[in-house]
Amino acid sequence: MSATERIEAKERVAAGVRASPGGGATGTQPPITGITAATLAKDIRLEWRSKDAINSMLFFALLIVVVFSFSFDPNAEESRQIAGGLIWVAFLFAAVVALNQTWAREIRNQVLDAYRVSPAPANSLFLAKAFGNFIFVALLEALMTPLFVVFYKLRALGPAWQLLPVAVLGTWALVVNGTFFAAMSLRTRSREIMLPLLLFPISIPALLSMVEATTAILTGEENARFWILLLATYDVMFTTACLALFPRVLEAE
Amino acid sequence: MATLLRLSSASFKKTSFPFVIDLNAASAQSDPVIAISNLTKQFGRFAALRGVTAAFEGRRLYAILGDNGAGKTTLLRVLAGLVQPTAGKIGILGENNPRAACRQFGYMAHPSLLYDEMSGMENLRYFARLYGMRDAGPCRGAIAAVGLDPELQRPVGQYSQGMRQRISLARALLHDPKLLLLDEPFSNVDIRSAREMVKLLTAMRDAGKTIFVVTHQASLLDGAADEFIWMQSGQIVNRTSDRSFMETA
Repeated sequence: MSATERIEAKERVAAGVRASPGGGATGTQPPITGITAATLAKDIRLEWRSKDAINSMLFFALLIVVVFSFSFDPNAEESRQIAGGLIWVAFLFAAVVALNQTWAREIRNQVLDAYRVSPAPANSLFLAKAFGNFIFVALLEALMTPLFVVFYKLRALGPAWQLLPVAVLGTWALVVNGTFFAAMSLRTRSREIMLPLLLFPISIPALLSMVEATTAILTGEENARFWILLLATYDVMFTTACLALFPRVLEAE
Repeated sequence: MATLLRLSSASFKKTSFPFVIDLNAASAQSDPVIAISNLTKQFGRFAALRGVTAAFEGRRLYAILGDNGAGKTTLLRVLAGLVQPTAGKIGILGENNPRAACRQFGYMAHPSLLYDEMSGMENLRYFARLYGMRDAGPCRGAIAAVGLDPELQRPVGQYSQGMRQRISLARALLHDPKLLLLDEPFSNVDIRSAREMVKLLTAMRDAGKTIFVVTHQASLLDGAADEFIWMQSGQIVNRTSDRSFMETA
C-alpha cells in the first residue's frame, strides 16, 4: 500500500471520528428500561411497516368470529353463557399467529446474534417483545370485541368495568408465556406446531380464569373477583419464571 | 468512534490468563489480546474445532484462511461468545468470558445482522442504544467511515450486497471496539469496494485495533495482514507473516 493510500484511509477514519464526538465504547450502560423502550419502539416501527402480525391476527380472528356466528345461533341468555369461551379461544388462536412471528425478524439475517454480542441485558429483549405482543393483541381485542358484541348481542349484567382488568391480565398471561415459548421453539424445526403444543397446556389455568371471569361478569350470576385474583397470581408467577429463564433461552445455541 | 484515533496512543489492557498457554508462536512477544487453550467445539459427532491453542498480540491484522468447514467461522463465533466451547479456555481482552468483554469487541457475521425493513441509520441508532449510546454522531461517523451516506433513507433490504456488507461493518465499528472479529467481510463485494474496506481495516489497525478477518479472498489482504493463519480440520496448521505463503496456500 502506498503512503498516499494510507493517508487517505486514515483521513477517512478520522472524518468518521470527528463526526462522532462523545460516542464510542465510553458510553454508559443504559438502564434496562432504556433498552426495553428502544427495542419496543423498533418492533413497533417494523410492525407498522410490514403489518405482518396485525394483518394475520385480524384476518384469523375475523374468520373465527364469522365461523362461530354461523355455527351457533344462540339467544341473548345463551350468548352470555358461551361468549366468554368463544372470545378468549378466538383471541388465543389469533395471538398464536402473531406470537409465531415475534422472533421471525430476529432470526432473519441472524439479527439476534447482534443483540447477543452486545452488553444489553437479555430480559430487556424479552420484556420488549412481551410488551410489543401485548400491544398488538390488545389492539386486536379492541377491534374484535365490538364485533363479538354485535354478532352475539352481548350486554353485561354484572359490573362491566371488571372486563377491563380481565382483558389486561388475561392478555398479559397469553403474551408473556407465548413470547417465552416462541423464543424456546425458535430453533426447532416445526416451530409453528411447537408453540401451541407448549403454550396451550400451560395456559389452561389462565384461560379458565379468563373464561370464568368473563362469563361471571356477562351473566352477573357470581362475583368475578376470585378469577381476577387467580389471573393476577398466574401473571406474577409466570412473568417471574419467564424473566428468570429467558437469559438461558437466549444463550442456547 | 470517538476514541478510534486515541487508540493509537492507548495501550491495551494488560492481560493475565489463569491458565497455561503454549506460546510457541513467534508472535507471542507481548501480552496477548486473545489467548485460547485447547479449544474444542463439537456439533454432535462433528468436531468443528479440535484443541486449538494460540495467542494473538494486539494491534495486528490477522487473516484467517482455510477451506470450507475448516472451523474459521466457529472459531470467530466462539471468540464472540455466540457458541460455547465444548472444552478449552478463552482469554479475550483480559477477560475469561467473551460476554464480559463484549463492549470491547465488534463482530461482523456472514449474514448482515441488520433489519431489512429499516434504513442503515435506523439500524445503527438501534444498535447504538444497546451499547448505551444515544447520540446519532457515532452512527453517522461509522456509516461515513465505511463510505456510505448516513442520510440514505432506503431500507437495508434494498441495498446492494456490497452496501449491506459495508453497513454491517459499520455496525461492528459503531461502539469503537478494540478488537474486530470479521467473518467474510468481502464476500459479494465488488473488488473496488473490497479494496476500500481493506484500506479502512488497515487504517484501523494502524490506529491500534486488533482485527481478525475470516476470508476466502486472501489476495485482498496481501500487504495489509500482519499474519496469515491457516486452518484445516478444526486446527490451526500454519501461522506466518510471510506473504509468499499465500502462493502455496
